[in-house]
Amino acid sequence: MQEFFQQLANGIAWGSIYALIALGYTMVYGILRLINFAHGDVYMVGAFAAYFLARALGVGTITSASPLMAALVLLGSMVICALLGMAIELLAYRPVRRSSRITALITAIGVSLFLENAGILVFGADPKFFPQVIAPRTITLPGGVLVTNHQITVVLVSVVLMVGLTLFIQKTRTGKAMRAVAFNRDAASLMGIPTDRIITYTFALGSALAAAAGFLVGLTNPKIEPLMGIMPGIKAFVAAVLGGIGSIPGAMIGGLLMGISEYMVVGYLSSTYRDAIAFVILIVVLLIKPAGLLGRNVTEKV
Amino acid sequence: MIAVRRILGLLAGIAAVIGLDWAGRLGLNPYIYGVLVLCAINVILALSLNLVNGITGQFSIGHAGFMAVGAYASAAYTVYAVPLLFGPGYASSAWLTAGAFLLAILVGGLASAVAGFLVGLPSMRLRGDYLAIVTLGFGEIIRVAILNIDAVGGARGFAGVPQRTNLAWVLGGAGITFVVIRNLMKSFHGRALLAIREDEIAAEALGIPTTRYKVTAFVIGAFFAGVAGALFAHYLYLHTNSFTFMKSIEVVIMIVLGGMGSLTGSILGAILLTALPEVLRFASSLRLIIYSLLLIVLMIARPQGILGRRELSFPKRRAPEAPRPTPAS
Amino acid sequence: MSPPLLSLQRLSVTFGGLKAVQDLDYDLEAGALGGLIGPNGAGKTTVFNAITGIYRPTSGAILLEGKPMQGRPANVIASRGVARTFQSPRLFSDLSCLDNVRIACHLHGGVALADSIVRSPRSEREEREISIRSEKLLETFGLAKYSSSEARSLPYGEQRRLEIARTLATEPKLLLLDEPAAGMNPQETQALMHLIRDIRERYKLTVLLIEHDMKVVMGICEKIAVLDYGVKIAEGTPEAIRRDPKVIEAYLGEET
Repeated sequence: MQEFFQQLANGIAWGSIYALIALGYTMVYGILRLINFAHGDVYMVGAFAAYFLARALGVGTITSASPLMAALVLLGSMVICALLGMAIELLAYRPVRRSSRITALITAIGVSLFLENAGILVFGADPKFFPQVIAPRTITLPGGVLVTNHQITVVLVSVVLMVGLTLFIQKTRTGKAMRAVAFNRDAASLMGIPTDRIITYTFALGSALAAAAGFLVGLTNPKIEPLMGIMPGIKAFVAAVLGGIGSIPGAMIGGLLMGISEYMVVGYLSSTYRDAIAFVILIVVLLIKPAGLLGRNVTEKV
Repeated sequence: MIAVRRILGLLAGIAAVIGLDWAGRLGLNPYIYGVLVLCAINVILALSLNLVNGITGQFSIGHAGFMAVGAYASAAYTVYAVPLLFGPGYASSAWLTAGAFLLAILVGGLASAVAGFLVGLPSMRLRGDYLAIVTLGFGEIIRVAILNIDAVGGARGFAGVPQRTNLAWVLGGAGITFVVIRNLMKSFHGRALLAIREDEIAAEALGIPTTRYKVTAFVIGAFFAGVAGALFAHYLYLHTNSFTFMKSIEVVIMIVLGGMGSLTGSILGAILLTALPEVLRFASSLRLIIYSLLLIVLMIARPQGILGRRELSFPKRRAPEAPRPTPAS
Repeated sequence: MSPPLLSLQRLSVTFGGLKAVQDLDYDLEAGALGGLIGPNGAGKTTVFNAITGIYRPTSGAILLEGKPMQGRPANVIASRGVARTFQSPRLFSDLSCLDNVRIACHLHGGVALADSIVRSPRSEREEREISIRSEKLLETFGLAKYSSSEARSLPYGEQRRLEIARTLATEPKLLLLDEPAAGMNPQETQALMHLIRDIRERYKLTVLLIEHDMKVVMGICEKIAVLDYGVKIAEGTPEAIRRDPKVIEAYLGEET
C-alpha cells in the first residue's frame, strides 16, 4: 500500500511537469490547429536558460541557495523562453499559417531539429549538472512515503502557475480574446481582435510554462542535455491529447494522469515499459475517443 | 502477344540490373556503391509512402514501423527458417541463395502488409492530425515491441543476418515498386484514390467505398516498406535504432521535397535526401543545423516541393490514347 | 400501386440540442420533380445529408423504392441509385474534367486490383469503355472541350454543369440538386431549367431540388415541401404553396 502512495507521489510530481508542458501544446493547437513539435525543445532551452542564469547569478552553491534567487532564475528563464516562443512563431510558423497542415507540421519538425542541434553545438552534447538552487531535503509523509522538498516545490509552483493561467484565461481581456481566437479565428478578427498579437501571446505563455517545467525538472533531475526535450515533449503531447487537445483543464488533468500512469507502470510492471505506456495511452485514446476526456467532438459541416 | 513482350521486358530488366551491379562493383568505390544501395532502398520507401500520403491524401508518419516489421520478419526467416527449408549448406548454391532471398523479401513484405492492415483498419476512421498521431504512435509501439523480442536480438541488434543485398536487388526492387505504383495510380483504382484525396465526401457520394480504399492503399504502402526493410536488413547491421520516428520523418521529407503526388518527385527526393548528408559531410557539426534550416526555408518558400504533383516527363513516344467518339455517333 | 420512389417518414435529425429536422414526412413518386424550399437554416441541406448518408437520422425512416436505407454508409446509398450535387460544387479540382466523370463510372464498372496493376487486356478494355462513356457524357453537357482541363479552371457555371454531368455517370434513380441555380443570371437559370427537365426525361430520373430562386421552383417543381426551423409547414403544388398564408408569412414575402 505504501508502494502505491509512493508511486502516486512521484507520479503527481512528474505529472505536474507534464501538465505544464502539455498546456503549451494544447494552447497552440487550440489557436492554430498546429502540433508544435518544437515545444519539447523549448522546455529544454528553459532548463538550460535556468542553468546559465543560476551560474551567472552565483546561485546554487550550498552557501547561497535562497528561494528568492531561485525565483529570479525561474522568472528569468520564463522570460527567455517566452521570447524564444514568439520568435519561432514569427519567423517559422507565421509564414506557413495559410499553408497545408502537413507543411506546418514539417516546419515544426524543422524548428525542433534546429533547436536540438543548435543546442548540441552551443551547449555541447555532454550533460550539465543543474545547480542546487534550493538545498535538498527529504521529508517523510504519513504512511512512510518519502518526498523531497524539490518535489513539493514542483507541485506548488505548478499549481500556482496553473491557477494563474486559468484566472488569466477566464478573467482578463487578453485571456478571453485567446479563447475567442481558438474558437473561431475569422470571427474573432471580424470582431476587432488583433489575432496576430493574440497568437504571439499564446506562444509566449505556452513557452514560459515550458521554461518553468524545465527549471523544475532541473531541480528534481539535475542532469540536463540538449536532447532532453524529446521524450517529455512526446509524453506531454500525449497527455494533452488524453485530456482533449485544445482544452486547458484537459491538459492539466491529462498531464497528471500521464505522470501517475507512468509511475504505476514503473512501480508495478517494469521500467522498460516506462516510455511505451505513453504510446499505448495515445492509441487507446485515439481509437476510442479521439476528442479526449474533455475535448469537443467537432462535426464537419457539409 | 502483350504477355510475351512484357516477360521479355522483365528478363531484360533483370539482366540490366545485374549488369549495373557488376559494373558498380568494378568501377565505383565501395562507399559510393553503398550510398547508391541506400538511395534505392529509400526510393522504395518514398514511393510506397507517397501512395498513401500523396496519392490517397492520408497523413501517415509511421512508415519506419512497417519497414522494421519487414526487416525483422525477413531476417528471422533467413536466419531461422531458410536453413531448415533449404538445408544448411544452401548458401553454396547461387540459385538457392537468390531464391531464398527472394522468399525472404516476400515474407518481409507480407508481414508488413499484415501489420499495415492491423494498423490501417482502425486508423482510417480518423482524419488529418489525428491520423498522423496514431500512425506515429503505432510506429513507435512496433519498434519498442521488436526491441523486446530476444529471438531477434533485442537491444543488441540482430546479429548473424547474412549480407545478400546488392545493387541488382535494390534496383530491381525500386523498379518493380515504381511500375506497380505507377500502373496503380493511372488505373481505375488509382483514380478512386485520387478522388479520396481531392474530396472524400464527394467520392463517397459517387459510390466509392472510401474506407476500403484507404486501408488498401495503406496495406500496399506497408508491403513495399516491408520490402525495403528486408533489403535493408540483409545489407547493414540490423538494429531497431534504424527505424525510429526520425526515419519516418526522413521519408516524409523525401516525398514533400520531391512533391507529394509525384512519383518521379519521390524518386528525386529520395536520391537528394540520401545524397545530401553525404555531400554535407564536410561540415558535420553544422550539417544537421543546415539541414533543419533548409527544411524550414523549403516549407516557407516552396511547400509543394520540386515537382508539385507533376511528373518529370521525358520526351518519348506517347501511349495510344483512348478512342474519342466521332461527331456522327 | 407501387411505392413512391422516395419516402421520408417522420424523419428527425438532431445535433446536440438543436433539432435541425423534425418529424418530416415527404413522398416523391418515380419520375416526379420535387422541391424543398424554406428560409436559410431551415434544415433543407440537412435533409439531403440524411438521405445521402452523411448524417445518421436521429429517428424516422428513409425509404428508396420501399426499402429502408437510413443510416447506411454514403457509398452504399449511392450504389442504390441516389446521387446528389452540393451547395458549392465539390469537384475533384486538381483532376481533369474527364477524370471527374470517369471516377463516377466506378459504380458501374470495375476490374480487380491485380488486373489494374499488371495492366491486363481486361483492364485496358474496361478503361477504354469508361473513357468512351465519360467523353459521351461530357459532350452531352457541352463540356467536351474541357475534357482534359483541370476541373478548377472551369468557369463557375460550367463547374456546376460538370457536377451534374458527373452524377449521371452513376446511373442514378434519384437525383438531389442542392441550390443548382445559385449564382446564376436569368439566362443561365433558364438554361438550367431546360436542362433539369431534359435530363429527367432522358435519364428517367426522379429529381428533388433545394432552391431559393422562386422562378426555378415555381417553374419546374411539381410537388413542393416548405420547411421552417426544421418543420414542414406546407406541402403541395406551386399554386397551392404560392397562396398558402403560412408560407407567405415565413418565407415568401416578396416575389424574387
